[in-house]
Amino acid sequence: MATKFEWPWHYKFPPFFTIQQNSDTRARQLDLWCNLVLAYYKHKKMYVFDVNEAQTSSLFFNKEINRKLPIEGINLVLETLQKRGNLEWKDKKGERGYIMWRKPEEWGSLIYQWIKDNAMTGTVCTLFELQHGDDTKNQEFHDIDMWMLKRALETLEVKNKAQMFEGPTPGDDSGLGVKFFS
Amino acid sequence: MDRFSWISSNTQLQAGELLVIQQRGLRIYDGENKTNFDNGNLMLTSHALIWEDEEQQDRRIRLGLELITRTEEHAAGFMKSAKIFLYLNPPLASKDPGPFSSSAFTYIKLSFRSGGHTEFHKLLEQQLQKKAWLQGKPKEVVAPRVHRRGPGIVGIERNLEEKSRATGKTITQAFKDLDALMEKAKEMVALADKFASKIEEKKGSITEDETILFKSYLLSVGISNPVTRETHGSGTTYHKELAKQLEIFLREQLKDAGGMMTLTDVYCRFNRARGMELVSPEDLVNASRQFESLNLPLRLRSFDSGVLVIQSSNHSDEEVIRDTREKLFSNKCLTADELSKILSLSVMLAKERLLVTEKAGKACRDDSVEGSKFYPNFFLETPVE
Repeated sequence: MATKFEWPWHYKFPPFFTIQQNSDTRARQLDLWCNLVLAYYKHKKMYVFDVNEAQTSSLFFNKEINRKLPIEGINLVLETLQKRGNLEWKDKKGERGYIMWRKPEEWGSLIYQWIKDNAMTGTVCTLFELQHGDDTKNQEFHDIDMWMLKRALETLEVKNKAQMFEGPTPGDDSGLGVKFFS
Repeated sequence: MDRFSWISSNTQLQAGELLVIQQRGLRIYDGENKTNFDNGNLMLTSHALIWEDEEQQDRRIRLGLELITRTEEHAAGFMKSAKIFLYLNPPLASKDPGPFSSSAFTYIKLSFRSGGHTEFHKLLEQQLQKKAWLQGKPKEVVAPRVHRRGPGIVGIERNLEEKSRATGKTITQAFKDLDALMEKAKEMVALADKFASKIEEKKGSITEDETILFKSYLLSVGISNPVTRETHGSGTTYHKELAKQLEIFLREQLKDAGGMMTLTDVYCRFNRARGMELVSPEDLVNASRQFESLNLPLRLRSFDSGVLVIQSSNHSDEEVIRDTREKLFSNKCLTADELSKILSLSVMLAKERLLVTEKAGKACRDDSVEGSKFYPNFFLETPVE
């Protein structure tokens, strides 16, 4: 990922870092924040969000104009992300969570499409192969987070398009296998 | 002034001439001009006025009463001594030499710096009526009013009595001035109004600074007949009358202030104009609440922040919002302080303007350690990218 992340205009707009009082304005502002977070995570191919780390991340702190979104603001953004279905908390305290710049269904259909394109329906492959295999190098889901991958495959299971099963060593997720149905 | 002649200090009074009164602290004006006869003792005799210098007793001049055609008394004013104007006939050809050989004026002024003009004037008029100089002999002996002090306690007592009388006189005179001022107050206000309309007419021919200065003078002239509890009782009637007066008072000022003033501002200005009859803050608020029921074109308004303002009823927030939005766009961003300077408003009102605009979604804020700055609302309006 050598390409530089391109910050949107509002990242340089000081009021962006102050939670707005007017409700209409605030709604739009939070929208922009969510989009920025998702775009940033997508660009960096990141999946896990840590509230403590976020406070020092350049995502919420524009050193150039010396403006920082306060922690209340960050929480508000996360809340909105959760409402929109782009975030799932990993712990109950709400400190770490998964940022889903693609929803599980989207991932699922992406993977399924790739399987179909490569005529791999009916065959079994490991989750590790999907994540890190040479064949998936050019795919967006290359290096996907294990939790995310499992969530994506689960959506396929619901549609009866895939079936996951335990690998040789229970508990080792990378040993999990999956079979796709046509 | 050219009617005066020098006389030597040892000149005796003429036959039949009597000393009527003398007064110290006298200054003589040649018409409108000051002269160096500025501190002397003026003696009125049955025949003449004699002025002698307080310091140099031999500096003495005399004016025959026959030359006086008419007298006029002018009361003292602020920083101004009482004066008696004497209108004079041309000097006689046979006149003895005097300090002035000619004068442009046909009158002189006697300035009574130590008071006593009323008495002096009365006696002078008497003497002019009597025309004693036409007769060889005096008809009546007028006791000279020279105060002689006796020795001992009686002397001291008399001295004290005299002093207290003088003090009493001064006080009466001082208050007389005040009364006169009060009487003039109404005329002054009328005059001020006239000036104000003149200023409107002449707009352009005088500089802005002068206008502002003059308006500030007018502001201090005030209200001629303030509504008071004494004149209008207490309670609602009083507040209603007060509201009406307030409306008249604020009409112009509110226009200049952009249609809105904080109640504190109104309070100061209103009371300043009323002078003595001050209004309490409660009464002002209560009066302001009556605007609507009285159909007056003013409204009391309370902002979310709790700031109370009086605004004209045709004042529209839309206008303010539109204007503020434009200011934000043209200035990129503004603090309340900056906006207050642009609009020459108080910071408090400028802040309210920004808040109203923000509430309407036409501004957004940037709170930082440097304070609050307001920007055009690029969240909802497309920015120039």
